[in-house]
Amino acid sequence: MNTKKKQMTGADIFFECLRREGVEYIFGYPGGAVLKLYEKLYDVDFIKHILVRHEQGATHMAEGYAKATGKVGVVLVTSGPGATNTVTGIADAYMDSVPIVVFTGQVPTHLIGNDAFQEADICGITRPITKHNFLVRDISELASTIKQAFYIASTGRPGPVVVDLPKNVINSITEFHYPEKIELRGYKPRIYGHQNQIKKAAMMIQKSKRPLLYVGGGVIMSGGHRELYLLAKENNLPVTMTLQGLGAFPGTDPQSLGMLGMHGTYWANQAVNNCDLIISLGARFDDRVTGKVDTFAKNAYKIHVDIDPTCIDKNVIVDLPIVGDVKHVMAELAAEISEKPDLTEWWEQIEAWKEECPLEYDMSDGRLRAQYIIEKLSELTRGDAVVVTDVGQHQMWVAQYYKFNHPRTNITSGGLGTMGFGLPAAIGVAFAVKDKPILCITGDGGFQMNMQELTTAAYYKLPIKIFIINNSFLGMVRQWQELFHAEKYSFTDLSDSNPDFVKLAEAFDIKAYSVSNISDVEPVLKEALEYNDGPILVDFKVAKEDMVFPIVPAGASISDMIIRRLDPKEMM
Amino acid sequence: MLHVISALVENKFGAFNRVVTMFSAKGYNIHSISIGETEDPTISRMTIVTEGEDKVIEQIVKQLNRLIDTIKIVDLTYQPKVQRELLLISVGYQKGTRSEIIDICEIFRGNIVDINNRTLMLEITGPPEKIDAAINVLEPYGIKEIARSGLVALRRGEQSRKNSEAEIETNKVGELK
Repeated sequence: MNTKKKQMTGADIFFECLRREGVEYIFGYPGGAVLKLYEKLYDVDFIKHILVRHEQGATHMAEGYAKATGKVGVVLVTSGPGATNTVTGIADAYMDSVPIVVFTGQVPTHLIGNDAFQEADICGITRPITKHNFLVRDISELASTIKQAFYIASTGRPGPVVVDLPKNVINSITEFHYPEKIELRGYKPRIYGHQNQIKKAAMMIQKSKRPLLYVGGGVIMSGGHRELYLLAKENNLPVTMTLQGLGAFPGTDPQSLGMLGMHGTYWANQAVNNCDLIISLGARFDDRVTGKVDTFAKNAYKIHVDIDPTCIDKNVIVDLPIVGDVKHVMAELAAEISEKPDLTEWWEQIEAWKEECPLEYDMSDGRLRAQYIIEKLSELTRGDAVVVTDVGQHQMWVAQYYKFNHPRTNITSGGLGTMGFGLPAAIGVAFAVKDKPILCITGDGGFQMNMQELTTAAYYKLPIKIFIINNSFLGMVRQWQELFHAEKYSFTDLSDSNPDFVKLAEAFDIKAYSVSNISDVEPVLKEALEYNDGPILVDFKVAKEDMVFPIVPAGASISDMIIRRLDPKEMM
Repeated sequence: MLHVISALVENKFGAFNRVVTMFSAKGYNIHSISIGETEDPTISRMTIVTEGEDKVIEQIVKQLNRLIDTIKIVDLTYQPKVQRELLLISVGYQKGTRSEIIDICEIFRGNIVDINNRTLMLEITGPPEKIDAAINVLEPYGIKEIARSGLVALRRGEQSRKNSEAEIETNKVGELK
């Protein structure tokens, strides 16, 4: 036997590592520093490379893929501008804890620091927005670095990892050795929560009269939706979710209170204000959820379960922290509860709040409303589509009106609030999800931020349903201008500058419709849902001045919600 | 108040930068920072002096722990410890003041490490208060230049190896309350 290992180039090692990590897709864009990788890619058949039209698009696609599957999304771009174009997507993945690995080309090591052509210090640039990053300085480190990158991105609190690959490292040759296991002495995420803390939490639930589960994206990431369902159902606990948490618990279940926070439901926010016990599960007390932190769940005993210790006591001081994987902690917590709390009165109160201020919108003037379209979509798909949104009013209406029934079906940019996220993320989802309709609900503003990716969607014939909620305004900004900035609609009116979206789609050979009548909505939606030969785009022309209600003004207590637009008569 | 945080970090490219980036990204103050190799050449020890309320310090320790390249973080502020700083100070002298300065140097148990016909350079080590006092006393003679090393600190009383490993575990994952 020849014991000497085969010599491999950096490029060969790169793809062999990706194969061993089970990578199916790479979202990428070629360029000078990664030419060797693309040369090799030409002959690689076990990984599909998806050619994007802008590197930011690639990162959002990887995010969409990762959020829909739980697997690591992979991006490959060149050095300099290729790398810097990924920055927004990386920051987005960091804020929403999405596992992606971004491979960036780099100039040869001997030129680093020389202001070489297409050089950018991407490790320096991305240091504050990555979970970790690596500059591979020698080919001997390549395989173990890739292994570490995937491990770090996907474990603990997931996040983006950047691996910077100098051109000469990729071109050089070495023996291939892929570590089976890796041991990082500075990184050991804690899986199991502290037993005594869990026992104490169980006791608090049993004693409580007005408990509330406050569920974040961590539950979905940990795959803990079943554990959540059991914990909530067996103990009859009300469940409210953050934007990223939607889908963790069925939205059509009577125990779901919907979303809480700035645009949360009245009853969810009232439940927060009045509960005596709040259990945060994989959520991070974001300012869009808490409003003024001093008054958030003021009288409640607060339990916080999170895998990331830095989240605990960061925004809101809690009474009982449990560091661990929320999936395991919920299972143990459910097992510890022996006596179910009696919550009859609490539920009566919650039902009363639901009656008092339901979510509502008014179409009596005959003009189309986004809420109606989203409600219809929720009905037609029975909450079983993957809904990818952009950022803004339409995103909040989706959160309010689309009843997500399954985890990993709500794909949205929460923490960073990245306009332009929707279309590329939906493309990423379309490569991962084949058995559900994929809806890209976007706004006329956000859509235009990454609309170059229509090429990608059309070229790969992805059955994405692109629904533009077109109010000819940067609607959310307009809403704030109306409510808080003296109605100065400064640079938010797009009506004179928006393109004809139908013609635009047609230029990409994408089927498209424009809808402005209420009666046309349902038939067009049905047609779009049945069309699977490629992308389809519908431009819904909705009322310009509509606003998302309820709204908690920034920095206010969530008890100070504005429920609806005041009628001029009411104001007198 | 000032806190002394001792951090064991991977002795590799970018680790120091990551720690400093965390401080600047989160808006925390660094009063002084020093770094050097330890008994294990793959590990460096950073001694960071920082300022903040208890809640801020707790976050700093957690954020430092969260970095992949940090191995162990200890807030030494309330622990028995030895802390030292090195001062190199160049002081001007005239006829008559030279011996006074040398006296002061002896009182502070320092060394004269350089001399020319205008200045003396003193090397003084000690806790920060002692360094401050030395600077204060030397002030009237005309200080030309100062270099301070920043604080280094070690906890008193050797832990047995076994214990300190167990500590790495608990410190890293952090039971918080």
